[in-house]
Amino acid sequence: MKRHSTSTWAVARTIASKDLRIEWRSKVLVNQVLPFAAIVMVLFAFALDNDGILQRVAPGLVWLAVLFTSLIIVQRTFAIESADNALDAIKVAGVPSAGVFLGKSVALVVQLLLFECVLVLLALVLYQVHLSWGGVVLLVTVSVLANIGLAAMGALYGGLGAAAKGRETLLPLLLLPAVAPVLIGATRATESAFGVGGASLGEGWPWVALLAVFGALFGFGGTLAFGVLTEE
Amino acid sequence: MSSGDEAVRLRNAVVLLGSFPALAEASLVVERGEIVLMSGANGAGKTTLLRLCAGLLPLARGEASVLGFNLATQRKEAQLHVGMLGHANGLYLDLTAQENLQFWGSIVGASSREMALSAQRMGLHSRLLSTPVAKMSAGQRRRTALAILVIRRASLWLLDEPHAGLDAAGRDEIDIILREAASAGATIIVASHELERAGALATRRIEVVGGAVVERGVQ
Repeated sequence: MKRHSTSTWAVARTIASKDLRIEWRSKVLVNQVLPFAAIVMVLFAFALDNDGILQRVAPGLVWLAVLFTSLIIVQRTFAIESADNALDAIKVAGVPSAGVFLGKSVALVVQLLLFECVLVLLALVLYQVHLSWGGVVLLVTVSVLANIGLAAMGALYGGLGAAAKGRETLLPLLLLPAVAPVLIGATRATESAFGVGGASLGEGWPWVALLAVFGALFGFGGTLAFGVLTEE
Repeated sequence: MSSGDEAVRLRNAVVLLGSFPALAEASLVVERGEIVLMSGANGAGKTTLLRLCAGLLPLARGEASVLGFNLATQRKEAQLHVGMLGHANGLYLDLTAQENLQFWGSIVGASSREMALSAQRMGLHSRLLSTPVAKMSAGQRRRTALAILVIRRASLWLLDEPHAGLDAAGRDEIDIILREAASAGATIIVASHELERAGALATRRIEVVGGAVVERGVQ
């Protein structure tokens, strides 16, 4: 009667493709979250209303918008699990929790990358920042590494809060302080990519290294801790 | 560790929901191949007992083992052999029935043929398979969840009101599936308020009263 257990990687692949398919099908991210992110960027422009200041703070505004958007995406990725109690079904299926964590994280990285493309384009238009080819390379690297850290922490705390009362308010309380190092590193590196305040491209790469360390730590730690933290 | 013929062994098992003992020193032995009907008033602890056996709730005190695996230390191992259908169906509402089947089939390592057979069994024809779950009726969702449960090929089936929301044909089909699973060696525990229908299936009946298990005899 017994089935063989499915490998961690196979579970991760299945979970990630399922999450992305659901988002593609539901269009919630495109129709609701993307306009929210765009509105946040526009409101920043209205609030500051000064080209010089906007250009100076554009990297921080982009990453704050990413952070706010990531809260919605993480909440949504676990809301689809709790809508019909699929998370319990996954637990009872006895699948490796590391596979669930990795699958959720990969799906989050893909979604966040898409959002960042739009947010950076908006920053270029709204805040009139300039981006060299070297800056593009730096920015892409920063985005990928920062997203790994954000997604890992998002998957971990999202899973932790999925069954908790008041999860909508609990997630920001848990997640925002935890990803503060990512926000700082990504903002400093993006300042170099945009060349704001006279920052050179070379100054951005040490921050990239820091983001890589955070991404590795959060990813590895999350893989180990997810099962324990989401057990009950 | 329980003996080889026991599917479930609870000894003075206590499960706390917050500080409330939802299971209060419950003791139960279920032999392999039995179909046990579990009755009891709302809030008596039936769902808690099923969730304990599925490894979804921690044991606060006492002993609990499922298929020889100690639930205090081998929960994951036990879950590989357990299939559960609770009040919720565990489906993804934005995916079609077919996509749900494929997802769960991939998760548990079922073949495409097994998935197709299971869908056919539960009356999920091609039009229904391509329908998003969100647009299905309660009965159609239940059928989809049951098709998924069948492909788990579990050794221990834990069912919470499995007939709920189904039409007469669906109810009959469940009964046939459960009898077949039991004759193939599976053990089944059914929590139900429909004593007449579920009682006809069961080989034994128990009642959960105030978090404790009371034997109600062999059928």
